[in-house]
Amino acid sequence: MSDNQRCLLTIVTESALENTVLKTLSSFGAKGYTISDARGKGSRGVRNAGWDASANIRVEVLGETAMIEDIAQHLQNNYYENYAMILFMQDVNVLRPDKFSGRSGRND
Amino acid sequence: MMDPIVLFFLFGLLAGLLRSELRLPAAVYDFISIVLLLAIGLKGGIELARQPFSELLPQILAVLLLGFILPLLLFPLLRYLGQFSRADSASIAAHYGSVSVGTFAVAVSYLASHAIAFEEHVPLFVVLLEIPAILVGIVLARGLTSNTRWGEVAHEVFLGKGILLLVGGLLIGWAAGPEGITPLKPLFFDLFKGILALFLMEMGLITAVQVGSLRRYGPFLLIFGITVPMASAVIGGLLGWWLGLSVGGTTIMAVLAASASYIAVPAAMRISVPEANPTLSLAASLGITFPFNILIGIPLYLSWAEIIHGL
Repeated sequence: MSDNQRCLLTIVTESALENTVLKTLSSFGAKGYTISDARGKGSRGVRNAGWDASANIRVEVLGETAMIEDIAQHLQNNYYENYAMILFMQDVNVLRPDKFSGRSGRND
Repeated sequence: MMDPIVLFFLFGLLAGLLRSELRLPAAVYDFISIVLLLAIGLKGGIELARQPFSELLPQILAVLLLGFILPLLLFPLLRYLGQFSRADSASIAAHYGSVSVGTFAVAVSYLASHAIAFEEHVPLFVVLLEIPAILVGIVLARGLTSNTRWGEVAHEVFLGKGILLLVGGLLIGWAAGPEGITPLKPLFFDLFKGILALFLMEMGLITAVQVGSLRRYGPFLLIFGITVPMASAVIGGLLGWWLGLSVGGTTIMAVLAASASYIAVPAAMRISVPEANPTLSLAASLGITFPFNILIGIPLYLSWAEIIHGL
């Protein structure tokens, strides 16, 4: 594994979960994330973002594999059963590896 | 003659059922719902400034009590007659115990176009009725002892868009008083009906989506979505009459009791009772009860209110 390889976790879920997911990310020490509004279709029907109750978000978070796996495991254990949620991970090359290393303070 | 704003709803519904691409951009929908909620709050706030709090207190307590009782009455019906799971029963009961601001706005507009006066402080009742059912719903689903994160629930309930804007409007209206609000009239009051028409067109489009999911849930939900609002309207109307409200006020109370939430409660239930199926309660409240109330319910409840006041 080269030095600048990191893991990218993409979370597609209901926007109702936004705050909960963001809290999870920071509690596991993620240093940042990107959120975008999303639309799509899955096992829980069409989520067309026509209004709040059918709105989706896509959250992307970068970090070292161990932390990303912890986050994915936690989300899977807590939210897979009852919420529309898709997780996937991929290895990516980043230009500034130091930006995505370690974990930020975990005491929050 | 049918109120033209209701025609906008039917237009949106039809367009949605025909799978048209029509829809309001999300930002526009957000904007018009913000204007509607603030306008309703402001109207109520102006009136609150004229009323001594001590006179309102019995009404406030009675309305809060109604909000606690309605979901408690509906829960056993859903659980044992409807055979729904505990979580689903609690969630649907909470939706029907709470209120729909959209339905309220249509009722206000309906009464205004028939020149029927009502107590102008009724928007306060909307706020009061919105909250208790959510709490009852969560307790019914979870029990009192469980580890519900009440902080999060409170945040969702009190800082959700609906309550926040209504309360904000009420406070601003109350603080500014009738003269203070005059410069704001063109946006909030003169345009009210036009904005409500756009809002209802979008509601029609959203309802059309729910009609599709309705087919999956069988006749119980359909019957429930029509009979329960009528029964609740009787309870709410009698309460309004007992409180000494006018014919218009009694009608509003009936409408509030009859209407089912589709914004605040779904959001709160999604966070607090995640195992409840959100499409089930939305299909009922939005797919059946909302159209029923605005097409048939409101004129019906007005006629009932006239009967009870004529006795």
